[in-house]
Amino acid sequence: MSINPTTRPSPAAEAAAQAEALRKALSSTTRPPRASALSAALTFGWRGMLKVKHVPEQLLDVTITPVMFVLMFTYLFGGAIAGSTGEYLDYILPGILVMSVLFTTVYSGIALNTDLTKGVVDRFRSLPIWSPAPLLGSVLGDTVRYVLAGTVIVVLGVILGYRPGAGIGGVVAAMGLVVVFAFALSWVFTTIGLLMRSPNAVMNAGFMGIFPLTFLSNVFVAPETLPAGLKAFVDANPISHLATASRGLMEGTVDGGDILVVLATAVLLTAVFAPLTVRLYRRG
Amino acid sequence: MSPTHPPLAIEATGLVKTFGETTAVDGVDLAVRTGSVYGVLGPNGAGKSTTIRMLATLIRPDAGSARVLGHDIVTDADAVRGLVSLTGQLASVDEDLTGRENLILLGRLLGLSRAAAKARATELLEAFGLAEASGRLVKNFSGGMRRRLDIAASIVVTPELMFLDEPTTGLDPRSRNQVWDIIRALVAEGTTILLCTQYLDEADQLAEGIAVIDHGKVIAEGTPGQLKASVGSGALHVRLLDPEQRPEAERLLASRMDAVHLEADPAALSTPCADADRAAEAVAELAAAGVRIANFSLGQPSLDEVFLALTGHPAEEDPADEATATPEEQPA
Repeated sequence: MSINPTTRPSPAAEAAAQAEALRKALSSTTRPPRASALSAALTFGWRGMLKVKHVPEQLLDVTITPVMFVLMFTYLFGGAIAGSTGEYLDYILPGILVMSVLFTTVYSGIALNTDLTKGVVDRFRSLPIWSPAPLLGSVLGDTVRYVLAGTVIVVLGVILGYRPGAGIGGVVAAMGLVVVFAFALSWVFTTIGLLMRSPNAVMNAGFMGIFPLTFLSNVFVAPETLPAGLKAFVDANPISHLATASRGLMEGTVDGGDILVVLATAVLLTAVFAPLTVRLYRRG
Repeated sequence: MSPTHPPLAIEATGLVKTFGETTAVDGVDLAVRTGSVYGVLGPNGAGKSTTIRMLATLIRPDAGSARVLGHDIVTDADAVRGLVSLTGQLASVDEDLTGRENLILLGRLLGLSRAAAKARATELLEAFGLAEASGRLVKNFSGGMRRRLDIAASIVVTPELMFLDEPTTGLDPRSRNQVWDIIRALVAEGTTILLCTQYLDEADQLAEGIAVIDHGKVIAEGTPGQLKASVGSGALHVRLLDPEQRPEAERLLASRMDAVHLEADPAALSTPCADADRAAEAVAELAAAGVRIANFSLGQPSLDEVFLALTGHPAEEDPADEATATPEEQPA
């Protein structure tokens, strides 16, 4: 196992060489100065990137549903809802961008729970590092996932004929707003991730929450035709504001009020759930 | 080991940890000398892991206190973390990264520069016989490789004290021997090791001192030799080629020895015996009578017997467990 079979020396020589390498490896270190909080967090962000590289199917899993929705909703319901598929695509695409990225946030909780159940968290918690670094780093690393998930949807939209009125700048601004909100929302799922027993339970709980919240927003349909009670809920849903703001940014007709609601919600979510996640994580 | 370190690497007094209704650790005292391997021996659920997790600052004790390398585990937890490393019961490496990436990750987190972390990863992969597999994702590693990587990850920066929680559980004999060699090398370089194990021969092979723990309490403490001496004299262990000859072997041994014990292994039996000459005569008589012997050994009582004598129940609930069936057996 330890050496190349084509050049196998005698077992004794092999053992001696191995022992010598081991001795050298054990005696050659001096303890470096501690990693700074920033450096530790960035290292965890790097770890997140590596996972995107090694396990791309995880990203695919959460992107495939929104892609299907774009295709299905546009071509099945587009004509009925908005008069033509082209018009409906203009309406739904920013909404699906929101949905796609928000679905990806559940993954932050699943990943944390996986680390917990596999014992990796024990190692991280026994290291002399700023203790929230693993959390902050992976949540920051996840923002790269969000950008990737969002880009997939926008590119698909463009292929299907979507032309954002505000051009690339508008798309980037909308994507930025969605990622900020997703960053805040991911703390909710990291909290859930620390409370649940298995990654699967986190996934179920996460989607049970995010799925209805996304549907009971204006992502798919304008709320004008809804019953009053439901309409009130949809209007108040921060995801509606996020979808409206994204549409506005991409079309160049944005209303500052929506952006404000989105940012305020993001601050609130982060202020409540980030410290909660850190506390649960420290408690072990 | 530098002279500034206290003579005791671990000093624990009355550690208690409860989870809901269950008291996992119920007043554990430990004194571990710097530079030694200290074994904490006990069956599953005895409270070994919980004790280690408290000492490694992962959980806070509900009562009692402990100092690790002179630092209090509660009030000075950060200082403790700066000196120890933990190899948990689950191999605590990231399955979705390669072996090399795991080591670089830890090197960076411990404060090594990018270049130093890479160099250290290469060095450790070589030393642990993982160089060829270094680019493979850890989820495709064998159990033994994963364990070695796990230990390598714990010594990216050589710790003063290392917690090893059941480092060979589930490993094949070859991988187990590799892990043991690594542990011996670590100690030779001055690292103190707290080794939790449910394998009696593992503690016997490696540890200088042993605490036997059961139901959250230390029920015995001493060197392996002392623990065995407290139970009585040694024993002759014989393993036959043909289990069908065991009744005959039992009859022959019973005629000249005080007592004969039939082991769980249907081909093995043992008898209390401290005298090598008597043992040799007994084996010769078996051979002369046509009983074919696979191997035999004369040893002190096994820690398995020690555990039975101390607690009144076997170390393992499952008698078929490979580690306890033939703990003293040496390959012929």
